[in-house]
Amino acid sequence: MVRRIAILTLMSGLALACNKPEGEGSKGDEGKAGDPKVTGAAKPASGAAIRIGVLNDMSGPYADLSGKGSVEAARMAIEEAGGKVAGKTIEVISADHRNKPDVGSAVARGWFENEGVDVIVDVPTSSVALAVNELTRQQNKVFLASGPAAAELTGSACSPNTVHWTYDTWALANGTGREVVRSGGKTWFFITADYAFGQALERDVTAVVKESGGTVVGGVRHPLNNSDFSSFLMQAQASKANVIGMANAGGDVINTIKQASEFGLTKNGQKLAGLLIFISDIHALGLDVAAGLNLTSSFYWDRDDATRAWSAKFAERQGGRKPTMVQAGVYAAVRHYLKAVAEAGDEQDGRKVVEAMKRIPTDDPLFGKGTIDPNGRKRHPMYLYQVKTRAESKGPWDYYKLVREIPADQAFRPAAASGCSLVK
Amino acid sequence: MSAVLSQLVLGLINGSFYALLSLGLALIFGLMNIVNFAHGALFMLGGLAAWWLLAVAGLGYGWALLLAPLSVGVLSALIEVGLIRRLRQLDPLYGLLLTFGLAILIQAVVTMKYGSSGQPYPVPSFLTGADNLGFMFLPRYRAWVILVSIVVCASVWVVIEKTRLGSYLRAAAENPRLLEAFGVAVPRLITLTYAFGGALAAFAGVLAAPIYQVNPLMGANMIIVVFAVVAVGGMGSIGGSIITGFALGIAEGFTKVFYPQASSTVIFVIMALVLLVRPRGLFGREA
Repeated sequence: MVRRIAILTLMSGLALACNKPEGEGSKGDEGKAGDPKVTGAAKPASGAAIRIGVLNDMSGPYADLSGKGSVEAARMAIEEAGGKVAGKTIEVISADHRNKPDVGSAVARGWFENEGVDVIVDVPTSSVALAVNELTRQQNKVFLASGPAAAELTGSACSPNTVHWTYDTWALANGTGREVVRSGGKTWFFITADYAFGQALERDVTAVVKESGGTVVGGVRHPLNNSDFSSFLMQAQASKANVIGMANAGGDVINTIKQASEFGLTKNGQKLAGLLIFISDIHALGLDVAAGLNLTSSFYWDRDDATRAWSAKFAERQGGRKPTMVQAGVYAAVRHYLKAVAEAGDEQDGRKVVEAMKRIPTDDPLFGKGTIDPNGRKRHPMYLYQVKTRAESKGPWDYYKLVREIPADQAFRPAAASGCSLVK
Repeated sequence: MSAVLSQLVLGLINGSFYALLSLGLALIFGLMNIVNFAHGALFMLGGLAAWWLLAVAGLGYGWALLLAPLSVGVLSALIEVGLIRRLRQLDPLYGLLLTFGLAILIQAVVTMKYGSSGQPYPVPSFLTGADNLGFMFLPRYRAWVILVSIVVCASVWVVIEKTRLGSYLRAAAENPRLLEAFGVAVPRLITLTYAFGGALAAFAGVLAAPIYQVNPLMGANMIIVVFAVVAVGGMGSIGGSIITGFALGIAEGFTKVFYPQASSTVIFVIMALVLLVRPRGLFGREA
């Protein structure tokens, strides 16, 4: 009996463990992997209407920074367009990819083949995004990537059907990484999430650090969703590096920062550099712990009148939560996509629509005027922010002060250096 | 040497949580033959209750240590009476499925209500700061966690192994019918045990709140490891689960120094080895 239960438990534990995604995933318990929730009317009507599929993390650690907020952002863009473009109605459907490439590809394939979806939007978690990127190319649809970070999407894996909108690992490294070295952080120790995204970020930041005359003295790679960071922080402390670069995200970066403060790392002169931090992370951490952090973002709700006005509308529909840059990117990308469909006159040919997106200059209230490079890289300024102290902040969501604007031409990797085959 | 000592201490901290959680699991399993998959969710609810008490009701850490386990204990009692009890006659697999479903349900409700990135909980003011032990800086709060868990684990062990109440519990695990014949209300004993197990998980959740972000998945992240701890220690063995909890915490701590990539796997490797050589676990009795 006892033996039987032990075996049972072992198998259940394994089932739970296997449910761990390759991406920055949930320790999944919230539903069946093969049965992602699809909302919205489900009639396969390719051609009759333009169908936008928002695919992201609805239940795991990335739900706050993308999730339902991204769906709402897409809806806002559609409402502004009057719900119609080129004489066709626009519909939104959404699904949870649970941060798993297999689930994400299955949903995307189903959407393209059976549900008449023309464009997939958002897709945080680089591993899922790379899978969707490939599928979209095969099916000649459109992929508007707002959530994922990996610069590969406009580099070695670039596609004529993809626009990478909001940010990428190259831009993050170039923003926060360069700034920290410039302000005296010459020796680095990395705490890196051990998978594609963390490794890409560490690689890009290391390049910037070395180029700016700094050195990397060590690092650790931790498994995803690691809740205890004390051991790694001790190693970081022992390394005597000036800067502890956190190449991880979501719950991992939140716990790293929280525990670094507990161990008094910053009081002893070491500096934390958060390489990918969203406003939802800062909101969750609280300013007592997060104050003083440097971060790079392409969007902050309180930047100017236009961003404030849009964010107020968004917050009204999202229980008071201000948008993250990913959600802002979903809105702006969908808006630009609809313009391109109107110009191309046909949403069926994804490549043609993306060509139109690249041809028309971008202009929206959140990212301002911009362009899209031949490799699909959306180009706009990035901003280097510092997190306010409690005394400086006037209330919830008043978190960032601007350090510097990085102009669009310097903010992202030059297309010629991307290694993308579309760049001639 | 100082690196080894400091990792030993850090391992003890994680071990504290493993020990508290696996202790509750072992208690519940010993008496009810149910693998309580809802344990992680109850742990998370404990942390969440602590946050709620502070943010909404304005009650601090001390109150949380008392009230959070109490309320989660009551909830657990309701779960046992309302749901688990009804599966008593069935295969233990059904209990496992039920508690697994409960865990999913609780996590989903919390995610919907409070979002996925969690809530901050500050270190209580009388435990802030760190002490220099010579080989490491030990935050006072972490020292407190080790101390409290050892005291709680030891007290539970004493109660179960050395007192009359404990003897009832052990008797109920061995032969509930016979115990009932002696006039002991076994069903009530079972309800109280499940409630106590839940309260212990919530207590660990309160202890964890100032260290980890209080998020809906904090229990799910922990519970997989704790199941491995219970399997290594021997299903249903109280002392075994305590010792194994601390020992595996330390094993994990050392892995974080020598090969961090494997730190989430090492416990399962140990579990597989132990189960191969000794299927009933290190301290388990033969079935």
